[in-house]
Amino acid sequence: MSTRTGRKVGTPQGVVGTSPLRPDGIPKLQGRFEYAQDLAAEGMLWAATVRSPHARARIASIDIAPALAIGGVHACLTADDVPGRATFGLEHPDQPVLAAQEARFWGEPVAVVAAEDLDTARRAAAAIEVGYEPLEALTDPEEANRRDEVFRRMRIRRGDQSVRGAVVVEGEYEVGMQDQAPLGTEAGLAVPDGQGGVDLYATSQYVHVDQEQVVASLGLRPDQVRSHPTGIGGAFGAREDVNLHIHLCMLALHTGRPVKMVYRRSESFTGHVHRHPAWLRYRHEADRDGRLVRVEASVVLDGGAYASTTSAVLANACYFAVGPYTCDSVAVDGVGVRTNNPPCGAMRGFGAVQVCFGYESQMDRLAHALEMDPLTLREINALETGHPLATTGQVIQTPLPTVEVIKSLQAMPLPEAGPSDLPTELPGGSGLTSEPQHVTRGVGYALGIKNLGFSEGSDDYAQARVRITDSGAVVETAAIEVGQGLVTVLAQIARSALGISHVEVAHVDTSKIDSAGSTSASRQTQVSGGATLEAAQRLRERILGQFDGDVLDDEGVWRGDTLVTPWTALAAGDWEETVTFRHPPTTMTDDNGQGVAHADFAVAGHRAVVDVDVELGLVKVLRVDTAQDVGLALNPQSVRGQIEGGILQGVGLAVMEELVMGEGVILNPTFTDYLLPTILDAPEVEALLIEQEGSWGPYGAKGVGEPPTISSTAAVAAAIRAASGREIERVPVRPQDIALP
Amino acid sequence: MIPPRDITLLVNGREYSVQVEPRKTLADTIREDCGLTGTHLGCEHGVCGACTILIDGSPVRSCLLFAVQCQGTAIETVEGLATDGVLHPLQEAFWEHHGLQCGFCTPGFLMLAKGALDEDPSLTRDELREVLSSNLCRCTGYQNILIAVEAAAARMRP
Repeated sequence: MSTRTGRKVGTPQGVVGTSPLRPDGIPKLQGRFEYAQDLAAEGMLWAATVRSPHARARIASIDIAPALAIGGVHACLTADDVPGRATFGLEHPDQPVLAAQEARFWGEPVAVVAAEDLDTARRAAAAIEVGYEPLEALTDPEEANRRDEVFRRMRIRRGDQSVRGAVVVEGEYEVGMQDQAPLGTEAGLAVPDGQGGVDLYATSQYVHVDQEQVVASLGLRPDQVRSHPTGIGGAFGAREDVNLHIHLCMLALHTGRPVKMVYRRSESFTGHVHRHPAWLRYRHEADRDGRLVRVEASVVLDGGAYASTTSAVLANACYFAVGPYTCDSVAVDGVGVRTNNPPCGAMRGFGAVQVCFGYESQMDRLAHALEMDPLTLREINALETGHPLATTGQVIQTPLPTVEVIKSLQAMPLPEAGPSDLPTELPGGSGLTSEPQHVTRGVGYALGIKNLGFSEGSDDYAQARVRITDSGAVVETAAIEVGQGLVTVLAQIARSALGISHVEVAHVDTSKIDSAGSTSASRQTQVSGGATLEAAQRLRERILGQFDGDVLDDEGVWRGDTLVTPWTALAAGDWEETVTFRHPPTTMTDDNGQGVAHADFAVAGHRAVVDVDVELGLVKVLRVDTAQDVGLALNPQSVRGQIEGGILQGVGLAVMEELVMGEGVILNPTFTDYLLPTILDAPEVEALLIEQEGSWGPYGAKGVGEPPTISSTAAVAAAIRAASGREIERVPVRPQDIALP
Repeated sequence: MIPPRDITLLVNGREYSVQVEPRKTLADTIREDCGLTGTHLGCEHGVCGACTILIDGSPVRSCLLFAVQCQGTAIETVEGLATDGVLHPLQEAFWEHHGLQCGFCTPGFLMLAKGALDEDPSLTRDELREVLSSNLCRCTGYQNILIAVEAAAARMRP
């Protein structure tokens, strides 16, 4: 053992609390980063999907012969060719891999083909003759509710149900169907292993759950299917559910060739689930001092044709139906209905977004009725640590700085008065239709609350492995980097815990590590971060114990100021630690919706400033400022990145983003017609990060991805209401909602 | 089907001799025939700008051009932005200012900004916002993209 004395005391670089540059930045900036769209393999075939042109139809016949007659076509597969379980689903396997007797939504996959090249595959898909007999489609959620076509009903009753308040406000609210619209569409490559198994590289937020579903539907042993994390162009919930995964594996095993598929944008709009459209009814009752004494809510979500995560989204919507406020008499009834509309499921905010628009609109109405400042009303009712959640009664154990959020918003300076004379800054933009003298300004506030991690008794865990290498350490995980910066923050956590500067993150496939769970529910920094922290801490302790050292750093193990084990000697050993991290357990609630359903919570608030041309119904969102409860910002730059991006998705839902349905058909499945905010639609953002110790996340960190999207929509709607005087009971707010109420 | 044509494209200073159908887009040709997959397709019809490249120095959407139209032009893609492994000021600034998250839109924004700043490195913040409004990003909220482009512009000024 070589020894050296005279240790230089130094702090490792890139630890928690700093903002090291993203390690995937260089390949992404040089065009070398491999997205699922870019994958290729020797002898690869291309696949295409045949989709139902009807919202509901009986499938009387499928003739694949015309497709097979085309040169270069290697496979045309239908429901009859699914070797294992005929259905899949994230929570309930109710969705056919390929529609058999009946197609239940517009765009539902009916057949898949593989051919030598993409053009041939698409020609073959068009050549398959499907005999559809259109059936009456059920597209009205109220009618579905009457017919008891439901995925789940929720009933929450808490406290004395006879309580009544002196001041009562009621309202009905509607939220349109939003799309995640990640810039990269669904794509993937399946490679047969020559022994009956398959390797899948496809867009995903959760490779282990993809693998389980592929195994089931292909009738294979679990060890025969390996799902590999791959580069993806955004997610936002759209990649939790299986779409092309099983199809690709079927085609690869059927043909014995690697098979690739990339959805076109219009196909992507039908190929993934959307944010549930919602219909909300509220009744808030308060005493004359503004204290909430009773909240009643009814929540209807349209789940579309198949279950996806509707039951969990509905639960979230109901559990957070009162928002970050205390109230001791609550009744919430919710239903997620089954229709022939497109399936809806996970999108950033997961049910908490829709109800936030409802309860925050109500809080403003109540403030108006009480002639009270809207933030004062919120402060009077603020839910904080130690209080029971109004719906479930779960006592909040971790820090919840609701009052500090409110006070922070109050303290933020407002922009100068008056609309800008820059045409691009006026409502309607450079179309030059608005004139400054017709523009009025409005300011609106909203608060939101969200659970972090999976709820209702889910066994929510993540595994991570930390291994010593020649250059430092590597964190191995199957957790998906969707762009949020997990690849940066896991390395930061390991650096801090080990005390070294050189840590990389390696994404490994499902055969090499246990599940990290989904990159969703704002959970990976807390859960995979928790596993990484514990693995790194244990590894450091074992190493120090082995060499009787007191410090580990980039040079090796030190005892006092003597280097007892240089890094080369350490790297020659077999040092690794694998940890499965679980957050505090949760339980399913009882028949009244009471129980400890959630592991952690985060609160955020937004203040929106808008200019509105009431006559033309045009809106310009100038600013959305925010204060957000983050626990501890492990990487402040990434946290702000999540906040700024999340706010813009909330602004999109407030003023422009909606999938417009016509009898079950998406009428605008392109980026020409489904409007995404550009930089000229993007408000300026000032974000205040509120840090408090006490959460169970690594170093007290909380998930930060979803809160920016929850109350930003409601804040913009409130600002439009203030500017226009209109009721604004629906988002997105359309020009006619302002100009022709 | 009209038979394929033999064409030569000049991409990042290198000649690529490829055989393409006349209807094949430049974006598909760059990705599939030249093997340069840094040019991304987000919408396939000229809205999102992820496929933005430079032709004779001007930003264009490569999904709206046919490859056969582009013979005799100088095509620049994101792969040609760094020279001898040294990042372009725009790439450096996007990295430093967290101007990317998933990164799918990034090559398009880089080429858009390069075209605009090469033509006029003195563009103001408001002018840059107008330029950048032609491309879509779903992750960042654009704040850091604007900051990065402004920072790069300062470095690129003579």
